[in-house]
Amino acid sequence: MTTFFDALAGLLVLTGCLLTLLAGVGLVRFPDVLSRMHAATKPQTLGLLCVVAGAGIRLHRSVDVWMLVLVAAFQLVTAPVSGHLVARMAYRTRHVRSDLLVADELRPDLEAAGIEPGPGRRPPRRGRQG
Amino acid sequence: MSRLAPRRQLPVIAWLTLVWVLLWGTWSWANLLSGILVSLIVLAVLPLPAVTEGRRVRPLALLRLIAYVARDLVVSSVEVSRLALSPGPRVTSAVLAVRLQTRSDLILTVVAEALSLVPGSVIVEIDSPTGTLYVHVLGVRDAEGAERFRARALHLEHLIRRALPAMTREKEAA
Repeated sequence: MTTFFDALAGLLVLTGCLLTLLAGVGLVRFPDVLSRMHAATKPQTLGLLCVVAGAGIRLHRSVDVWMLVLVAAFQLVTAPVSGHLVARMAYRTRHVRSDLLVADELRPDLEAAGIEPGPGRRPPRRGRQG
Repeated sequence: MSRLAPRRQLPVIAWLTLVWVLLWGTWSWANLLSGILVSLIVLAVLPLPAVTEGRRVRPLALLRLIAYVARDLVVSSVEVSRLALSPGPRVTSAVLAVRLQTRSDLILTVVAEALSLVPGSVIVEIDSPTGTLYVHVLGVRDAEGAERFRARALHLEHLIRRALPAMTREKEAA
């Protein structure tokens, strides 16, 4: 039975690592800040949950398990907040490749409200940038 | 910013105490009592604004909501990973306005939180008076994809309102 749980824990940790790696790949490959926020905040959320679950199985007799529960809970609560704030900043400072947007329903509403998004309007940068 | 009524502070104290006990990892009366003391100090030093809405929790609907979000989390994580790996032209996306039916700030917050948690959507802006969420959606190619996302977001709102019904009749815009 321990072998089974060890295997399950290993599988979960490896899945979590894979998802985090894919998030890193997305961070490099996606074209602008908004798209990168998806990679930076999401697959890594599920990845962290997998790693935490795997660690929880391995440590199930230790008092640290409860700490892991807290890590997972606070990650779920805080990741959307940071994602939203960075996205809002990115949009308002025009770090958005509008040529890659098939629709932008925020711009007209913002302009109607008298908010001109960002001073730094500039042509999209070509090529990959760090 | 009005302070929480003493009766309303009880759940907050319970939650903070729970976090405190979980941080210690072991259950003891000393941990419980020190946790309550720490929560009282936290609430005295950092008072929270009052949540004015009274809402109930429907356990079954809440479970259904959690199951839906969990499934969504897995499906969309795979989807974003696939987009990250797929070769070819740059992935396109869209900033969509989703007008929710509710005017409740609490429901708006929970919908925004659940949408952001799921890969493929990031909340860019929120307009609370009209209940509109502006969402950046990854991988949208055409108007049809945009409508699909809108339908999903509204379904999510529906599930959340079922899970957290108002105690009195919900305020709705006419």
